[in-house]
Amino acid sequence: MSASATVEGQAAAPARRQERRRKSPFGHRSTPLTVGMLVAVAYFLLPLVWLVIASSKSNADLFSTFGFWFGHFNLFSNLHDIFTFQGGIFGTWIRNTVFYAVVSAVGAALLASMAGYAFAKLRFPGSTALFSVVIGAIMIPMTALAIPTYLLFSKVSLTDTPLAVILPSLVSPFGVFLMRVYAAEAVPDSLLEAARVDGAGELRIFMSVAMRLLAPGFVTVLLFQLVATWNNYFLPLIMLNNARLFPLTVGLAQWQSTASAGSGSQALFSMVITGSLVSIVPLVVAFLFLQRYWQSGLTTGGVKQ
Amino acid sequence: MAQSVAAAGTATPASKARRPGGGKSVKRRQVVAGYCFIAPFFVLFLAMIMLPLFYSGYLSLFRTQLVGGTVFAGIQNYVDAIHDDAFLEGVWRMAKFLFIQVPIMLVLALLFALVLDSGRLHLQRFVRLSIFVPYAVPSVVGALMWGYLYGPDFGPFAQAARGVGLSAPPFLSQGWALGSIMNIVTWEFVGYNMIIMYAALRSVPTELYEAARVDGAGEIRIAWSVKIPSIRSAILLTVIFSVIGSFQLFNEPNLLKNLAPNVIDVSYTPNIYAYNLAFVNQQINYAAAIAFLLGFVIMVVSYVVQLTAQRKEGRS
Repeated sequence: MSASATVEGQAAAPARRQERRRKSPFGHRSTPLTVGMLVAVAYFLLPLVWLVIASSKSNADLFSTFGFWFGHFNLFSNLHDIFTFQGGIFGTWIRNTVFYAVVSAVGAALLASMAGYAFAKLRFPGSTALFSVVIGAIMIPMTALAIPTYLLFSKVSLTDTPLAVILPSLVSPFGVFLMRVYAAEAVPDSLLEAARVDGAGELRIFMSVAMRLLAPGFVTVLLFQLVATWNNYFLPLIMLNNARLFPLTVGLAQWQSTASAGSGSQALFSMVITGSLVSIVPLVVAFLFLQRYWQSGLTTGGVKQ
Repeated sequence: MAQSVAAAGTATPASKARRPGGGKSVKRRQVVAGYCFIAPFFVLFLAMIMLPLFYSGYLSLFRTQLVGGTVFAGIQNYVDAIHDDAFLEGVWRMAKFLFIQVPIMLVLALLFALVLDSGRLHLQRFVRLSIFVPYAVPSVVGALMWGYLYGPDFGPFAQAARGVGLSAPPFLSQGWALGSIMNIVTWEFVGYNMIIMYAALRSVPTELYEAARVDGAGEIRIAWSVKIPSIRSAILLTVIFSVIGSFQLFNEPNLLKNLAPNVIDVSYTPNIYAYNLAFVNQQINYAAAIAFLLGFVIMVVSYVVQLTAQRKEGRS
């Protein structure tokens, strides 16, 4: 069951899926079941629908009109507000978020691919023990590490720098686990043997043979680390003081607490809401377009233990 | 997980000694390459995980006094922690969270995954993606948004209640706050868990239940006695991740704190408590002990979950 799961995620599964549906004696679509599921869908989508509607309203309309109906269309003015408030700091937060997330995700996926490939395909003493240590680390709560990491970073003056957010995000034990499982199945030993017989070095084999086969797993780890870093709040909250280094999460949270404190800045409500909408659009779009990748990657993680 | 480790050891039994002359040097090259390939990851792994872990353990054994500076305190911080009501209340709150929210979330995820896998839905893709989409929403934004939805001023629930002449539901009151937070976390993570289970269901060989169908078993019967047992490892994975996640709860309550400062206090969850101890009270050593103890609780609970699952598997 395990061997086919990942690789087939790409090619064979769609065919089998259709076949299964056709064969099933229960195959007719059920309208009551669909209606039931649409109720569930409403629960998951309505908050986002509210967010879209609310970000089209002025601050006054937020209070005076019903949440699920439009007031005066004020979206462009809200957008103008969030991008000009405090000298356009929101734009800086977007740039920071993209920068932290992309560097961390590419780096983590690369490190995890190399290590996972080595654990799966190269024989060296101690590999089993080292891999067990990595697996054990998946259980360590990351937030328990944040405080000592902050103290260590402050000793070497790394706090309040972009590296303070990026360095811890480069390490993904779960990514190594995923890539080890993926490499074991996606890279045939015979191919590696053939390359070795031809006299290729291990590094060249990895770069020109293995990496190509590992690409879907690589993209999965990359995507999940991208989300993890994009959404991270605790780590940057601890590490950063300078508002110009904040990612979106910390910045929006700061606006929210100012808005709730209500210190003469009532207009912030519509800005927090519009800012929230802007901050989720890129990830939602990325997930919709890269479906094929993350779905096959999740198969790897979920099926093999 | 143990299975895959064992598999790694036996992965290339046939590849040895094919060429009598080159075998040894190929082997040595593999050893060198192996260490080189894992080195970049391990350097950062040691620096970003192991070092902070040990440093935290070390710090937790000291305490800072007004007179005499930092002195060795042995396990005194831990003794204090297990008598600290603020910490214990937080752990207890997270245990409630674990026993109420996690089952609800995972049962919903499993139910949705099974419905999707049955292939009997119209709008299959739309349903699957809609349920998953909250996962792409940062938990900060999820909490902000729900915070406003819960709100007494322009929250739609309060508006609707006022519309029919009722008072606004007190989502962030003492009695309701934990439930309201559970709702946010459920909203965020049902889809993620559903996708993991759905992906596992997709790879269960059809033959396994074609036979049951021929014997006249219904969809529900097949789901219960064929499908769910076949994806046990995927379900276990979601349970463990949920255990780790719920004890670490921080973002959602920390953001709602601004809206309900009297209900959600500085020790509402162990993580918020550790954060406040370290950065507000400057009690670094005690904060380290709390964080370490929390990590220990998480490890123990995850381990118990795994053991229980294994024992069940052994029995059946």
